[in-house]
Amino acid sequence: MNEISASLGLAGELIAAGDARLAAIVGLSLRVSLTATLLSCVLGMPLGALLSVGRFPGRRTLIVLTNGFMGLPPVVVGLIVYLLLSRAGPLGSFGLLFTPAAMIVAQTVLITPIIAALTRQVIEDEWREYREQLRSLGARRVRVARTLLWNARFSLTTAALAGFGRAIAEVGAVMIVGGNIDGVTRVMTTTIALETSKGDLPLALALGAILIGVVLAINTGAYLFKQWAERRWG
Amino acid sequence: MKSIDKIRRHLIAATATAALLSAGAQAQERFITVASTTSTEQSGLFGHLLPAFEKAAGIKVRVVALGTGQALDLARRGDADVVFVHDKVAEEKFVADGWGIKRQEVMYNDFILVGPRADPAKAAGKDILEGLHKIEAAKAPFVSRGDKSGTHAAELRYWKAAGVDLDARKGPWYRDTGSGMGPALNTAASMNAYILADRGTWLNFKNRGELGIVVEGDTRLFNQYGVILVNPAKHAHVKQADGQKFIDWLVSPAGQKAIADYKIGGEQLFFPNATK
Amino acid sequence: MGGWLQLENLGLTEGGVRIVADVTLEIGAGRTAILGPNGAGKSTLLRLMHGLLKPSAGRVAWPQPLSQGMVFQRPVMLRSSALANIEYGLALRGHAPDERRRRAQAALERVGLPELAGRQAKRLSGGEQQRVALARAWALEPQVLFLDEPTASLDPLSSREVERIVGEIAAAGTKIVMTTHNLGQARRMADEIVFIEGGRLLEQTPAAEFFRQPRTDAAREFIREEIG
Repeated sequence: MNEISASLGLAGELIAAGDARLAAIVGLSLRVSLTATLLSCVLGMPLGALLSVGRFPGRRTLIVLTNGFMGLPPVVVGLIVYLLLSRAGPLGSFGLLFTPAAMIVAQTVLITPIIAALTRQVIEDEWREYREQLRSLGARRVRVARTLLWNARFSLTTAALAGFGRAIAEVGAVMIVGGNIDGVTRVMTTTIALETSKGDLPLALALGAILIGVVLAINTGAYLFKQWAERRWG
Repeated sequence: MKSIDKIRRHLIAATATAALLSAGAQAQERFITVASTTSTEQSGLFGHLLPAFEKAAGIKVRVVALGTGQALDLARRGDADVVFVHDKVAEEKFVADGWGIKRQEVMYNDFILVGPRADPAKAAGKDILEGLHKIEAAKAPFVSRGDKSGTHAAELRYWKAAGVDLDARKGPWYRDTGSGMGPALNTAASMNAYILADRGTWLNFKNRGELGIVVEGDTRLFNQYGVILVNPAKHAHVKQADGQKFIDWLVSPAGQKAIADYKIGGEQLFFPNATK
Repeated sequence: MGGWLQLENLGLTEGGVRIVADVTLEIGAGRTAILGPNGAGKSTLLRLMHGLLKPSAGRVAWPQPLSQGMVFQRPVMLRSSALANIEYGLALRGHAPDERRRRAQAALERVGLPELAGRQAKRLSGGEQQRVALARAWALEPQVLFLDEPTASLDPLSSREVERIVGEIAAAGTKIVMTTHNLGQARRMADEIVFIEGGRLLEQTPAAEFFRQPRTDAAREFIREEIG
């Protein structure tokens, strides 16, 4: 227990010192994972909505796939994205490997199924409630999907946060496609992995505490914003 | 619902901007990518060496630290401009197969046999082969990297030279962890096991537990590092000129001095021995 | 054959249960009430007419295509303002933004709620929500309006207001088909009564006659029990 309290103390010192390298690493983590979350929302939310209200061949298969892919192993995603982005791979000519963009791609692949599956769940409940009314008004399926997405906007923040939480916490995918390059692709989780490798467990744990703090802060912020927005517009 | 369209347009714009920003920040910097080993990175050598080169040449060096085997694979796929590793046999094969232009020796450090300070197998001494023999005889726990790294390759060579047929003698005492130097040391520390490590990582390693150096100083434990430019004939995008600049600097008097100057607790980790 | 809506041997079976069975009738009146005890299949019949449900037997025929709307027992409001809820229906019909705004505001005024335009629809009282739902349907100027027990969840005051609005919609020329189990409402609002029980049509009678002299024993029984 001593070690844990020592790590918390160290975390406090790191924050108090306003270490520029730490700030850059935290900043990169946020930039990568927030961008991936945004992309995944743009892709996953319409997909989830169409899966709940749509009627098209392959729908059931897609539902099973999105549910199953919620548990994609980050290392496998990392490996696949690596093989795609590698110079010898089909997308190699873009030179994206070992850049934050590659990490964004990997995390987007990782969390889009999560956001899609959670969105489908939310929209299915909405669809039960609104189905007759919307059909009576003459809304077609794609329009229904759009309407319900907007209608469920407050519930969907949870889906976005779940995706973000998974993205910022994973290490396997970003390690492989980012390469953990100092000052370029080193993020919170890969730094923690590196410090653990060096046997500097107190520092690793201190960084872990900071990561958890950042995630909690984002979630708190989102929660307060949701509350405020619901009161204001909801 | 006009607002949906509006929000969606904003989302798309924001996404595109974010993607551009992250790509744009990359494009302007002049850099090379070096595939190297966890031991070099985790020993802290690069943190010391690279700023000096960046200052001298104006070229950033991005290091991807892996096991030697993985680093060579990465380079074979064209994902690095330079490899900087420590497995002479594999490096020479890499060049012979046409993936690299030329192998140059840069420096060496040495391997050490680390183990419990109480030394239950009585492996301590100056002879690595003798030490391994005793560990096997005592069936004392031994942690192997098992990750195709340079250190792993060296360990296998020592077992062979010691006349221990691992495939036949391997038992629960031999733990194949498939991990980098640091994680393997963490495992050894928690199991109080023997392990072959490179001195640099060991000196920089904090979570030692009951472990200490058991065997060191055997000339067979020298660990030679080589550097190779990836062959542009295989991968046209390889940054030949800048990669060569880095190699030239490493073997130059300035680079060699910078290597010799890196010390932890007053102890020198790497010994420059470039052949000019 | 002056009916504007014809049901031919209409039936719906779900999970082996016959909810509507062999209903043949023709609706020609301006204001029709579908009357019957709980579980008689009134709401299902209404949904079959409106096309929300597919019949498992027979057919629903519209001699001339008429535009339709429907108001449900529980108003279903989108999570946006009252005005936006009304505009939404107009947007689906392809009306331009200014036109939507103008018509939505006019509809809110007609249901007596112009001051609630900017309020969150889901936060309004049940009675207010039902009036917004009526405004939403009315703004589309349907030729036929289906109402499923429109006052069943409302207090007496709101019920009377809803009846007034439905009366105005009918007066403006929209044909009304509503389900109700409230005799007084049927008496006040309908020209013709369709009485069903157990998913079967028992009688279709002009309202005045139905309340004076129902043709079937079941209807007579129903009236006696409802009046209590």
